[in-house]
Amino acid sequence: MKHTISLLVENRFGAFDRVATMFSGKGFNIQSISIGETEFEEISRMTIVTSGDDKIIEQVVKQLNRLIDTIKVIDLTEHQTIERELALVKVNFQKSNYSEVKDVCDIFRGNVVDINNKTVTLEITGPPAKIDAAINVLLPLGIIEVARSGMVALKRGDQVKVKAINN
Amino acid sequence: MKAEKQKLTGAEIFFECLREEGVDTIFGYPGGATLQIYEKLYDVDFLEHVLVRHEQGATHAAEGYAKATGKVGVVLVTSGPGATNTVTGIADAYMDSVPIVVFTGQVPTHLIGNDAFQEADIVGITRPITKHNFLVRDINKLAETIRKAFFIASTGRPGPVVVDLPKDVIASSAIFDYPKEVDIRGYKPQYQGHMHQIKKAAEKIKNAKKPLLYVGGGVIMSGGSEELKLLAKEYNLPVTMTLQGLGAFPGNDEQSLGMLGMHGTFHANMAVNNCDLLIALGARFDDRVTGKVDTFAKDAYKIQVDLDPTAIDKNVLVDLPIVGDVKHVIAEIAAELDEKPQLDDWWQQIRSWKEECPLEYDTEHLCTAHVIEKISELTGGNAVIVSDVGQHQMFIAQYYKFNHPRSHLSSGGLGTMGFSVPAAIGAAFGVKDRPIISISGDGGFQMNIQELITAVYYKLPIKFIIVNNSFLGMVRQWQELFHAEKYSFTDLGASNPDFVKIGEALGIPSFSTDKVSEVEDVLNRAFNTNGGPTLIEFKVVMEDMVFPMVPSGAAVSDMIIKRLNPKRMV
Repeated sequence: MKHTISLLVENRFGAFDRVATMFSGKGFNIQSISIGETEFEEISRMTIVTSGDDKIIEQVVKQLNRLIDTIKVIDLTEHQTIERELALVKVNFQKSNYSEVKDVCDIFRGNVVDINNKTVTLEITGPPAKIDAAINVLLPLGIIEVARSGMVALKRGDQVKVKAINN
Repeated sequence: MKAEKQKLTGAEIFFECLREEGVDTIFGYPGGATLQIYEKLYDVDFLEHVLVRHEQGATHAAEGYAKATGKVGVVLVTSGPGATNTVTGIADAYMDSVPIVVFTGQVPTHLIGNDAFQEADIVGITRPITKHNFLVRDINKLAETIRKAFFIASTGRPGPVVVDLPKDVIASSAIFDYPKEVDIRGYKPQYQGHMHQIKKAAEKIKNAKKPLLYVGGGVIMSGGSEELKLLAKEYNLPVTMTLQGLGAFPGNDEQSLGMLGMHGTFHANMAVNNCDLLIALGARFDDRVTGKVDTFAKDAYKIQVDLDPTAIDKNVLVDLPIVGDVKHVIAEIAAELDEKPQLDDWWQQIRSWKEECPLEYDTEHLCTAHVIEKISELTGGNAVIVSDVGQHQMFIAQYYKFNHPRSHLSSGGLGTMGFSVPAAIGAAFGVKDRPIISISGDGGFQMNIQELITAVYYKLPIKFIIVNNSFLGMVRQWQELFHAEKYSFTDLGASNPDFVKIGEALGIPSFSTDKVSEVEDVLNRAFNTNGGPTLIEFKVVMEDMVFPMVPSGAAVSDMIIKRLNPKRMV
């Protein structure tokens, strides 16, 4: 089963590598991973999408917790969450298909972020399933390349407080 | 400190930190990147630097020191090859949870990543085999980093920590300020077991008909041997130990079933297979213990006590996990118990298994088991035995009756041949009041044979014993049993050196025999030779095999008990 794990780690040299090394060394899989700063500059948040049975996920969470640079591990799968991903999709541009591209873009509430004689690039954000859907619709129009950010996620409502972290 | 406001160099700070940590011995080898440290070492009088002959020897020596004393072993090597040579020892320490801190020199920070002379990314290389590691980029962080390194290595589930020291950082200066407290927000080992779980465990013990204590190295690391003895003796519980657990409970006590697992005793494995309550104490259900996991203690209610949450439910799902310091949890469980449970039937069953299939060996020809049994007798189970890896290691586990914790030093997890000689050297620096006996096969002995020179130079009273069967015996055993008797590249007979001559060339009194009748006499002569190391070679039979044996991945009930091959000489 797919699990989304939110990980707060020290924003320091090697912290990401330790996480990646743990996954590869233990043979756990990573479907996507995204990293960025949090409200505290010395803390990074990694959002990792992984999969496995309960036993594997339990080990993933424990092994992440075991890393010295790990501050908090939350398996978001058990919670109500907001999940977002950003995709840049570059498609063929012809006068004849522009309105179609624009329609798709509007339906998925995307933005046209670049355009020239040959290509048009769309920015689409949303849950990964929405990105999948948009890409599916755009496929027949001739996709040239796609870049996806990997998912970021947070718990809905009352946040997991990063309290006592800034001590 | 007097020079409160005065700046110290990185090298000076380095040694001040070691002084603060109470380090009395470091194992090292100098080189270009650590020259400033070695220059400063000239003036340092509070610790002994032990010059090894190869950096792998330094890490194993630090492991031996740490395993024998419980203190942190310290290594100091140079950059590049000096650092990479420590890798096997670090991986070994990681697998067996040995607290060591390895300081590696590094090229100056502005050259890092430039493929500079003797540069290796040792922090990157050792990331998956250390509990944690550090590259010190700022002299102002040096003291704090070393403090953290010792703290991380020695607390929680212990393990190796690498600290990489660039040459320019060591050459620069800063005010020395050693932090008294360490607070790492992502690292808070949980020592206190959950009281509700502890009560439940005690309840299970009270009601068990066929309980069994399954004891691992965690009991020794936590210093919980006395607590274990009290619990087991008071409530008449049978005890079986893993390779790393040997010594946690006295081997000559009638409640000890000896080792379990692949080469465990028949009665220990039968007890595991038939118990109704298995209490794992600081043990991790290693594959060499469980064999086929689905059938391991399949009808038993399983309790697991471990300091490391990742050890729980990793290989075998348990019914009652208790995360906490094993020593304290054992004491707390014992405190919840009151009367002796009625276990006569269970004990009778165990004793009948023991009678059904006792450990036995061929007494006509010289076998390793006989040598080990004699050593056990002559030392009264009170020596520090440092084994290597292979058949002799298993014979030690079966036939040496360890009476004390921290007496059996062995590379269990990684199974590193060449461990014994340097690890015995490290142990000899930590333990002065008990004999130190290194036992290797002829293969492993040659893997770090250069460290004999270290033992000679420091006049260490180590007894280096080689059980020479002219073969890589354990590999040979598998080839005989499972690989169509194709003894591919395991025959060392034609190429082995004359070990006695090697010993004599180094000035080591050396002995050799191939006769059963001479074993005791040779051992006595060697044990009574003082003033430095001695070397004893026992030429044992080539075809000997270790039994019982649970084949890899098989169920415990599929144990091979006897020698099967009619063509065998012995």
